[in-house]
Amino acid sequence: MRTAVIVFPGTNCEHDVVYALEALGGEAEIVWHRETSLDDFDGVILPGGFAHGDYLRTGAIARFSPVMSDVRRMAENGAPVLGICNGFQMLCEAGLLPGALIANRDLSFICRFVDLEVVDTDTVITRLASEGERVRIPLNSYEGNWVDPSAGGRVALRYVDNPNGSQARAAAVANERGNVAGIMPHPERGIEDILGSSDGQVLLESFLQSLVDYPLVPA
Amino acid sequence: MKVTVTINRRPEIADPEGTTVERALHDLGYTETSGVRMDRVVHLDVKGDDAVAVKALVEEMCRRLLANPVLEDFEVEVTS
Repeated sequence: MRTAVIVFPGTNCEHDVVYALEALGGEAEIVWHRETSLDDFDGVILPGGFAHGDYLRTGAIARFSPVMSDVRRMAENGAPVLGICNGFQMLCEAGLLPGALIANRDLSFICRFVDLEVVDTDTVITRLASEGERVRIPLNSYEGNWVDPSAGGRVALRYVDNPNGSQARAAAVANERGNVAGIMPHPERGIEDILGSSDGQVLLESFLQSLVDYPLVPA
Repeated sequence: MKVTVTINRRPEIADPEGTTVERALHDLGYTETSGVRMDRVVHLDVKGDDAVAVKALVEEMCRRLLANPVLEDFEVEVTS
């Protein structure tokens, strides 16, 4: 079971994601955004960073990278697809997740641990967690304020104190089927006590378990 | 042809930047000011001599890349 960790110009969390997946027993490989085939992989993670300098809008240019057609194909086939931080913004821009991410309510770059609460356990990042479970992982973003005028989004985790003003206090959102999810805080930076928290484990273990159970929901 | 695109966040979507600028204007004493929105303007040169066709092409660019349909509306003006 292999996960492709996609790197765009400006991505900067790919090694953390690979380290975290491997530490949890998974297999991951870094894949450049100009690749066109993900046939050798069972799932995809779009890591955080500032793809294409965040020009125009966060994730707006990355969504047209060659690899994104195959990311879309996998998402539509029910494979686990997870966007973290900037990856979440890309999935929204690509229309694979509902809504969009705008500047934080108070226009400050937020870089600190945040407490999250699991709301929906039928998604690729929460399936091993329990409803109401609290996790504490770092948030590190300026455009983390999720809005969805259609109000159709499925919230997987929500902030306890909503530092960025997200609609429905959403910290992580999934598609209808639950196989595509985006999370604004960084589970990969909270997988060992030495990092200040190991609460991110359950989220990435959920992702790894989803690879085994692929497809999450039969087509 | 010269084209100007104005991209504005739809009124029902919060504009934290506009709100902050509005607050600063109030702090400076311009308390008669409200409804500050930070729009974005894109200037383009587009080959062609048919203003209608150029406008249609740039509108397509807006739908695909320049604007985010979840958040934003746009206006395209062919100026010369």
